[in-house]
Amino acid sequence: MKTTEETTKAGGGDVRLTGISKTYGDFTAVHPLDLTVPEGSFFALLGASGCGKTTTLRMIAGLEEPTAGTVHLGDQDVTALPPYKRPVNTVFQSYALFPHLDIYENVAFGLRRRGIKSVKKQVEEMLELVQLGEQARKKPHQLSGGQQQRVAVARALINHPKVLLLDEPLGALDLKLRRQMQLELKRIQTEVGITFVHVTHDQEEAMTMADCVAVMNAGRVEQLGTPADLYENPRTTFVANFLGTSNFIEAEVDSTSGDDIVLKAGGGKLVLHRARASVPAATGGKILAGVRPEKISLTHADDAGEIPEGRNRITGRITESSFIGVSTQFVVDSPVCSDFEVYVQNIDRDPRLAPGAEVVLHWNPAHTFGLDAAQDIDAGVETVEEEVA
Amino acid sequence: MTFVNWFKRNVVVMAGLLTLAYLLLPNVVVTVFSFNRPKGRFNYQWQEFSTDAWRDPCGVSGLCESLGLSLQIAFWATLGATLLGTMIAFALVRYRFRARGAVNSLIFLPMAMPEVVMAASLLTLFLNMGAELGFWTILIAHIMFCLSFVVVAVKARVMSMDPRLEQAAQDLYAGPVQTFLRVTLPIAAPGIAAGALLAFALSFDDFIITNFNAGSTVTFPMFVWGSAQRGTPVQINVIGTAMFVVAVALVLVSMAVGNRRRRQKA
Repeated sequence: MKTTEETTKAGGGDVRLTGISKTYGDFTAVHPLDLTVPEGSFFALLGASGCGKTTTLRMIAGLEEPTAGTVHLGDQDVTALPPYKRPVNTVFQSYALFPHLDIYENVAFGLRRRGIKSVKKQVEEMLELVQLGEQARKKPHQLSGGQQQRVAVARALINHPKVLLLDEPLGALDLKLRRQMQLELKRIQTEVGITFVHVTHDQEEAMTMADCVAVMNAGRVEQLGTPADLYENPRTTFVANFLGTSNFIEAEVDSTSGDDIVLKAGGGKLVLHRARASVPAATGGKILAGVRPEKISLTHADDAGEIPEGRNRITGRITESSFIGVSTQFVVDSPVCSDFEVYVQNIDRDPRLAPGAEVVLHWNPAHTFGLDAAQDIDAGVETVEEEVA
Repeated sequence: MTFVNWFKRNVVVMAGLLTLAYLLLPNVVVTVFSFNRPKGRFNYQWQEFSTDAWRDPCGVSGLCESLGLSLQIAFWATLGATLLGTMIAFALVRYRFRARGAVNSLIFLPMAMPEVVMAASLLTLFLNMGAELGFWTILIAHIMFCLSFVVVAVKARVMSMDPRLEQAAQDLYAGPVQTFLRVTLPIAAPGIAAGALLAFALSFDDFIITNFNAGSTVTFPMFVWGSAQRGTPVQINVIGTAMFVVAVALVLVSMAVGNRRRRQKA
């Protein structure tokens, strides 16, 4: 989904950010950024805290004034409009429900401010949509976290905004409820068909819900694409590590033949498809070969002869194994990478695969991706965990 | 053993009751002596039951005039201090300006300074300015010392207020004025009300500063003090009891209203 050049329809609900940036004194929160969110899509801004994703969202809402650049909603330039004149609504982190008003009045707030007198029907319909009809006369503090979250969504959606902005809307919920609300939000979005822009630090959340994800790091968009595209074809180590886990092998280009690049790493050879290398490969040049842990098969060294030809292979010794139920996660020490992670489905468990065992790791060369070697291999690692205040 | 257990279970309740008794005993004495018929000019010894004073609360010359004046001053001082104090509190919490730190600590000065000192220096100031002592000098003084209490009460409330609530209001099409009236003010209201009540009580009660700056004007506390030199009329107890009853009644009514509203909503 290369959206930057997409044409826009009149009065549409697409969001166009052009050269938008935000600086606070010496600190640059958002570097000049071009981004188009297509109408009707569920778009996620994904990144660790402080990466500029919330600032970007707040600039769309009008709660933050951009240092440079413009914000367009459809054909309308809203850069100079205050938040209360923009046809967008926000679901705030920790919801910001009005504590002195009951649920009904919270949801009716936006309609009343626009001078709409008969709000009853709309409010009741909206409370039905989020399944809170019974709670209309309660105060926000009398509701559970999940219910408050749904009030926040209803309060925003009732105004039929062109774009709904969600700022870490599920951050305060526990895991089980979060899963449930992810599906719920997705259902609502499909039902109302409004453009959703969703800010989150949770890669799983972004991948589950969004049609399109922009991964942000240090005030810049690292990569933009569908969840599957980002996962399978990361273009930077940050994206490769932030979305799931990746193994990296520092390799040298040995030769190129047709669509394949042959890499030299440790003593062995690895094959990388040219289409999956994000940097041009010249013989003798360095490249980072990456592979996802679930793509790798593990065979005991005694059975090495049974591995089919044409697969990338590496030898090593198991240092750790942990049984997860559906799979077993191994850490393998190999000459090219000291802690290779391998996830093996628990179909036919080989009892010999225990710490200390000599093994061969092998995978389909099509699952190898090549990245620029001049970057930090550990970029984006663990930032997922140290999150949100 | 059983006594020890009983004691353990009820010690908190007993401590609470004792504290309550300590607080209420003076009020009880005031009330009881408002039904006294004293011999002579001093109402310090129980003689016999009578409702004379209750039937004629304004029977002592000057008493009801001083009470009216005190209520008037307390009303205007509360209004002035609450308005100014609320604005100061919002400014201190919400905005970063030059001398904000200084204002933040100087606002406590009237609370910290001995009242007598403040009273004397205010008098010096008024005399040097050639101001005529009376209603206006008392009012100015009262607004001044009530201000710090209002600021403290409102500031605590505004500080604990999530700024995202106002952003949410703006996001939901409320302009600056609507945001203030519909969200900011209602949420800050309990703090403002607490500040106002405190200001009213302080102003109505004040003797020292008022005494210095009143000129020939007489407020209720000054009247009580003045009459205590020559004999205490029972009507003072009547007024005191009435004030207490009105205050308790207001609290009960507001609690009842709150309860009913909660029950209706549930």
